[in-house]
Amino acid sequence: MYPGQFEYHRAASIKDALDLLKRYGDDAKLLSGGHSLIPMMKLRLAQPAHLIDVTKIAEMRAISESNGKIVIGAAAAHDTVANSSLVRDKLGLLAEAAAAIGDVQVRNRGTIGGSLTHADPAADYPAAVLALEGEIKLEREGGSRTVKAADFFLDLMTTAVQPGELLSQISFAPIPAGAGYSYQKYPHPASGFAMVGVAALLSLDRSGKIASARVGVTGLGPKAFRASAVEAALAGKSADAATIAAAAAKTADGIDALGDIHASSEYRAELARVYARRAIQAAVARAKA
Amino acid sequence: MRVNLTVNGQPRSDEIEPRLLLVHYLRDVAGLTGTHVGCESTLCGACTVLLDGKAVKSCTVLAVQADGASVTTVEGLAKDGKFHPIQDGFWEEHGLQCGYCTPGMMMAAVDLLSRTTNPSEDEIRHALEGNLCRCTGYQHIIKAVQYAAEKMRAAAGR
Repeated sequence: MYPGQFEYHRAASIKDALDLLKRYGDDAKLLSGGHSLIPMMKLRLAQPAHLIDVTKIAEMRAISESNGKIVIGAAAAHDTVANSSLVRDKLGLLAEAAAAIGDVQVRNRGTIGGSLTHADPAADYPAAVLALEGEIKLEREGGSRTVKAADFFLDLMTTAVQPGELLSQISFAPIPAGAGYSYQKYPHPASGFAMVGVAALLSLDRSGKIASARVGVTGLGPKAFRASAVEAALAGKSADAATIAAAAAKTADGIDALGDIHASSEYRAELARVYARRAIQAAVARAKA
Repeated sequence: MRVNLTVNGQPRSDEIEPRLLLVHYLRDVAGLTGTHVGCESTLCGACTVLLDGKAVKSCTVLAVQADGASVTTVEGLAKDGKFHPIQDGFWEEHGLQCGYCTPGMMMAAVDLLSRTTNPSEDEIRHALEGNLCRCTGYQHIIKAVQYAAEKMRAAAGR
């Protein structure tokens, strides 16, 4: 299986990439690790005439801390994120989600920006990026804008990225000391994609009650989402098994669950409830009052 | 377009089509047919090679993306006429039957052994998740990696 013919361009800087995007318009696609795009091109689901490789732009691969935020370059590979000591120390939930993606070969090539812009409904990263309230920076000619994770995923494989824009980095506030988190997924046994994946992040107050909870869910619906009903059912409550089970039971409420040959929508909804319960339990076990 | 890369320690410079996949570059341009074409869809791992030391599925990498990089294929494992410990492991522990998945298995195992010198069985299974074998049932492959790890630790005096 070969991709169709295209011209290959290697961008030296973000400005260079934006210039190329402007020149070639709808005929161009940005190439990062290529682990979503190249398979689509082999199947002729995508046939760009121009590929603009952004992986040689150093700032797009960097992981750094600045002004109290952790900044991940969009072209950082999953394996790099999963093993970065900065990410493991301060954004453990993101490292956990990165380590759960596909297999080691995929993690060595696939990138966080590629995964987010592709917006596969079964991708792992979106659940964690939603729970961590990541801020996604989109560069465009003459400037940039920042989109909150909650506003980024619009529909099945559809994001807030507009034509001519480039996702350059994602920034996060570090996870507060004492907060607990967990990413739990049921991987598709062949592809490793999440049949369902749930990222939970919560803090306990001094009495051991749940002060705040954030829950991101992937795999269940056409796009990843924050399970706000679950979060509301946890906030201010004691972190006992009955409360967690009752909250997790709301995970699929109001969601048009996907059904396919691998899992019916009813089964996926049940998986989501079970994995939400497990993720919240694991996060509570890790949190310190 | 022209690409310059190092394959098994040898610098190369070739004029190629941008759409040429790394696996086809290695097999058809460099003449190294040890890297196998399997599923062609990033699932089976038969085409695994090391790209700057990290295991990648070469059916899902464009050769132009490897420009400037160093690639190691199964042909690059043996040194000075002596097998790499992972090759010894597959030989001694009967880690293959038909052999189709073997080059990819070995390259993924080499990535693992570059990260950890004493992997547990669980860690080995996790590291080989991206490589499918339809013959062995995996048990002998696990043993082959354990054999290699032990031999490499002994050689390093650990």
